[in-house]
Amino acid sequence: MTSISRQTGLKPWLRLVGGGHRAVFPRALGNVLLVPLAGIAVFLLLWALAAPRIHTSLGAFPGPLDVWGQGAALLEEHAAERREEQAFYERQRARNAERQAMDPSYQPRLFPYTGSPTFIDQILTSLMTVTAGFVLASLLAIPLGILIGLSRTLYRAFNPVIQLLKPVSPLAWLPLVTMVVSAVYVSQDPLVPKSFITSMVTVMLCCLWPTVINTAVGVAGVDADLNNVSRVLRLGWTTHVRTIVLPSAMPMMFAGLRTSLGIAWMVLIAAEMLAQSPGLGKFVWDQFQNGSSDSLSRIMVAVITIGAIGFLLDRLMLAAQSLASWDKSTDLR
Amino acid sequence: MSNYLDISKVSIDFPTPQGPFRALDGLSLRIRKGEFVSLIGHSGCGKSTVLNIIAGLLRASEGGVALDGKEVNEPGPDRAVVFQNHSLLPWLTAFENVQLAVRQVFRGRMSRAEMRDWVEHNLKLVHMAHAMHKRPDELSGGMKQRVGIARALAMRPKVLLMDEPFGALDALTRAHMQDSLMEIQRDLNNTVVMITHDVDEAVLLSDRIVMMTNGPAATIGEVLDIDLPRPRNRVTLAENSAYNHFRQQVLRFLYEKQRKVVEMAREPDDAGASGAASRGGVAGLVHRLGRRA
Repeated sequence: MTSISRQTGLKPWLRLVGGGHRAVFPRALGNVLLVPLAGIAVFLLLWALAAPRIHTSLGAFPGPLDVWGQGAALLEEHAAERREEQAFYERQRARNAERQAMDPSYQPRLFPYTGSPTFIDQILTSLMTVTAGFVLASLLAIPLGILIGLSRTLYRAFNPVIQLLKPVSPLAWLPLVTMVVSAVYVSQDPLVPKSFITSMVTVMLCCLWPTVINTAVGVAGVDADLNNVSRVLRLGWTTHVRTIVLPSAMPMMFAGLRTSLGIAWMVLIAAEMLAQSPGLGKFVWDQFQNGSSDSLSRIMVAVITIGAIGFLLDRLMLAAQSLASWDKSTDLR
Repeated sequence: MSNYLDISKVSIDFPTPQGPFRALDGLSLRIRKGEFVSLIGHSGCGKSTVLNIIAGLLRASEGGVALDGKEVNEPGPDRAVVFQNHSLLPWLTAFENVQLAVRQVFRGRMSRAEMRDWVEHNLKLVHMAHAMHKRPDELSGGMKQRVGIARALAMRPKVLLMDEPFGALDALTRAHMQDSLMEIQRDLNNTVVMITHDVDEAVLLSDRIVMMTNGPAATIGEVLDIDLPRPRNRVTLAENSAYNHFRQQVLRFLYEKQRKVVEMAREPDDAGASGAASRGGVAGLVHRLGRRA
């Protein structure tokens, strides 16, 4: 029973679908389905009641139904844009085929479609950027964390710098990153756009620290007895790190990675907004500048999407965390 | 070989804010090959410190240890340690835990298949063949300690060092483990140094019991030769007058000659906070005091 009531998130839903825990089914149904649904219903009700009372220069604040409507409209716009794109390419192909039929020596050319990115495109861009920034940060943070966790001296040396950089807002980094990327990343035919690099580096700089600190703490907290085992066995440095240090630091490391990913996602939206680089942040900013009667509803759609993606990313890391953790007795949530 | 393991005039000081704390003072002991020696004494008397110096985990401030004619100055698998709280890697199975030691010690000297056989052989020796592929959190306290012993034995050590190996186990499991250990000892005839706070255990298992005085500046108080014939049986020994005589001598040493008023009232075993406190908290780096499973 407790294991059911303790569950949060996706797992119990899957369990319900899978039909497990039949004996506790009524209670499980109540706990995992009805209670959260009731919570959501109350939230929607309060929102619907409060929204019409908030007047802005763009009309009343959107209620749940307006937002729902704009969500559907955004999806429809995306579908329309894709149809447009397909039609554009089909027209080109037809034209090329026609010209080739008349003149076999004609080299057909295909011009790329240059429509504006839709809401869905912006989501995908944001997801790619956050992944790149997070992966880059992890690749730096984990080795750094291991090094400073293993050596007290290195820890003392790096700790002030880490503590100093940790609370810095992405908005403070952004101008510097933009200038440096503009100066360093110079290419006639860039592989990825400059704005992508800027957002990625900003995300990396901000989400590095929880992983560094957690990894270091995990590494430094290796059980003294296990260290003695390693000494008695005369394990070499690499074997010691691989067989003793890394596995024992794994739970802490994943806890850090999870926090880092959460920060990465938050930072990214802010960075995109300020830097005008493509992504959900830019979508929000564009809607704000646009100032039509639909803008506020569309921004709310983005807000809910950002929240939902953040939640999904967290669940993803939680799943990775429980896979990587050897201590199955801990209750991760 | 009367001095296979030679501990000569070992003293150790731990730094404390109040200046150096002398835990051991001029302790000398010679152990024969194949001998089973128990160290017994009250908590905080430095038994574990002696073991850690033999293991090479701690360096003596004065004096030194020689094993088989070579000076000990760092830890190594020729002095395998069985730790009180098993110290198995929780993310590896019993088999993998022993395998880690075997790979490290016999790398280049055994083939992969030989190593596997040797790991299995040692796990069978401690009666753990049935649970080889379980992880420590799926094993009981006694079973974990068996795996810890298998890991130590698998290193084929010159000396087996046991730091209160059965201290954290319940009485029945402990008796069972002692019988297993005697059985293994009959076959392998290892040189063993064991720390214990259990008088019956010391008399039952040992060839010699070394009784230590209370710290600070602890040293050897008395040494008792236990010349009871082997194999020994705990049930028949209970009525044996020689056995009871030895028990009484150890008890007399501990509770009359080296009586520890404060600690006896509170803490009959060796792992309490009082022990850690009397060591000035320094030895906690190495000793696992107060950390029983």
